[in-house]
Amino acid sequence: MSPILEISDLSVVYRTQGGDVHAVEHVSLELNPGEVVGLCGESGSGKSTLAYGATRLLRTPALVTSGSVKYGGRRLTAGGDPVDLMAMTHHELLAVRWREIAIVFQSAMNALNPVLRVQDQLLDAIHAHLKMPRREAREKAAELFDLVGIPRNRLRSYPHELSGGMRQRVMIAMALATDPEVVIMDEPTTALDVVVQRDILAQIVELKERLGFAILFITHDLSLLLELADRIAVMYAGRLMETGASKDLIRDPAHPYTRGLLNSFPSIRGPRRELAGIPGTTPDLRDPAPGCPFVPRCTFAVPACSEVDMTLEPWGNAAQRGRTQLPLSAHLTACPIVTPEVSQEGVLS
Amino acid sequence: MTEPIINGVPAASSLPGGAPVSDASAAPAVNADAEQVGEPAVVESVAAAQGPLALEAVGLGKDFKLGRGQVLHAARNVSFGLYRGAVVALVGESGSGKSTVAKLLAGQERPTHGSVRLEGKPVDVGSSHRFRQYKRQVQYVFQDPFSSLNPTHTVGYHLTRPVKLHQPEVKDVKPEVIDLLELVRLTPADQYVGKFPYELSGGQRQRVSFARALAAKPTVLLADEPVSMLDVSIRLEMLALLNDLRTRLSLALLYITHDIASARYFADEVLVMYGGQIVERGPAEDITQRPAHPYTQLLIASAPDPDDLGSVLKSANVGAGGGAARAGNVGPAATGCPFSNRCPLAIDKCKQENPALQLLTPNRAAACWRLDVAAPSLTGSAV
Repeated sequence: MSPILEISDLSVVYRTQGGDVHAVEHVSLELNPGEVVGLCGESGSGKSTLAYGATRLLRTPALVTSGSVKYGGRRLTAGGDPVDLMAMTHHELLAVRWREIAIVFQSAMNALNPVLRVQDQLLDAIHAHLKMPRREAREKAAELFDLVGIPRNRLRSYPHELSGGMRQRVMIAMALATDPEVVIMDEPTTALDVVVQRDILAQIVELKERLGFAILFITHDLSLLLELADRIAVMYAGRLMETGASKDLIRDPAHPYTRGLLNSFPSIRGPRRELAGIPGTTPDLRDPAPGCPFVPRCTFAVPACSEVDMTLEPWGNAAQRGRTQLPLSAHLTACPIVTPEVSQEGVLS
Repeated sequence: MTEPIINGVPAASSLPGGAPVSDASAAPAVNADAEQVGEPAVVESVAAAQGPLALEAVGLGKDFKLGRGQVLHAARNVSFGLYRGAVVALVGESGSGKSTVAKLLAGQERPTHGSVRLEGKPVDVGSSHRFRQYKRQVQYVFQDPFSSLNPTHTVGYHLTRPVKLHQPEVKDVKPEVIDLLELVRLTPADQYVGKFPYELSGGQRQRVSFARALAAKPTVLLADEPVSMLDVSIRLEMLALLNDLRTRLSLALLYITHDIASARYFADEVLVMYGGQIVERGPAEDITQRPAHPYTQLLIASAPDPDDLGSVLKSANVGAGGGAARAGNVGPAATGCPFSNRCPLAIDKCKQENPALQLLTPNRAAACWRLDVAAPSLTGSAV
């Protein structure tokens, strides 16, 4: 199966007076049809910049300095070769945006226009991207409300008349209006409380099963992804630190940063664990130190860390090391210092 | 397919028609005239073991008139104590009334019923002078460190002002400000004095908020979702800092959160609110491991759990009924128990009579008519 979205070697900088901020550096990430990939990282780790950079939604001072983004949706390519979003003209992009790749934006609480009825905002999206008579479009809007579980009589509501959870559902309905192949969700549940959050996540999973789109799910909360995502990519200071199937990542985290994250959230069930968190703050991306950016906060740090080149290498499975064709679900880590042997010795852990 | 079972009660996800989880938040009941039936039980708070009583809510209630004769009961019959050196967590979803209770305790709102007592004396914040005196002892930390600091003023300014205001006897303010910054571990402190909020990370800003609250040398700190806007990786550090402060300064701390898992680790006593009422209270570890009230059970079932991969979310039952069925099930019921229209165990009595807190053990209580079914091991009916 060829990936539907293939981000290769993407780098994004923000040009500022104080120098370039290297927000995303040489990140490669693939998304398969129907797959949920979780992209996880702290604020300022570059996760949103990666998503918006890949869909060419950034404007100056942000600048994509390297990389390609291949999109292989069948509707657009008619079974041919994937197209490179980076090489597209503005006009060509219009056919991709929303129709092929839709985005559920961060803080959906504020992403809706407060002075327009939600129906009109939905119709705007439908008319802009699909050729459709008005009556049909209105029926489509109503169907979308059914889909995300909002009663049709709320179509004529203004955003302030809806609860946070409902507004979030409207945003999801808008993203799904054009039946996209890829949906990027940027912190879709962050402002909601746990009960509503779980409800929305369950709905997202159900819609994905039914409609078959692929999801790139961006969040700072790794614990959500453990249940939701097929694969997880952990990002820190503009770099990918670790990728792998969710199960592998939680049972056997490779990178010290991922271990720190997993040790950061309190668990409600089971025995009380000693929680460590990750002391320290994220590095200044204007002047990144050579090697691994996590060194100042890492308990495993050794002098050799400053020479690490941050390429992802297979974790553990020696048979996979050095192979060029890796299975997609391969568990990869950017840390060559902490190996399974090292962790087993227990010297460092 | 296996369904998670908590204390013999099917988890929310296994209900016919999908989760009963209503979409709208639990806005307090409008016109819910059902007064609580029975005298609320007197609970021995585990927090009392930590130190003397500082601030107390006694039968606290707040009604908001909505016009056309409608009344919104944002808080009803809320009683609990905050003790020096102890953390009490107030847990509930958005709109459950937890911030209203905090505002009543902070003196920002006047209670419609009941009273607030500081060290045993009823609080009167009638005049601005008295209000200021009260503020000196009871301080509030806001949720959002991005909007609670003035972007045009430095960290130093944010801390100098409360020191001058609340400690007029202090002649030299600067060392006091440095001490405060060191207290919240913003070191080296003199580097932070001249910084503006935009130069700080979210965690650092929240530390400034803590320092600002501590500038008044309070005995009580009311922290309204102090970490929910912060990254997961630094939340723990913030809670550890708060924990350290309450021990060192012997603060009485109210920790308001919707994350019951963090309350388990951080608090001595947990109070669970729903629809403006306390529906369950007890020692943190006990309440999270053996929840009695169906709402507490739902809250705990909703918390993401790394140790229990995907079981609840990926079960086909969740959300299968579509949201339409759920959306009709909005907020607390108008009569009876506020949770009765979302509760899997509700019977006719629940829809008519609003239960008061009943004692389960000397330090635990829950307000529910169906505790014998919801928590048989606690009520002894399983025996």
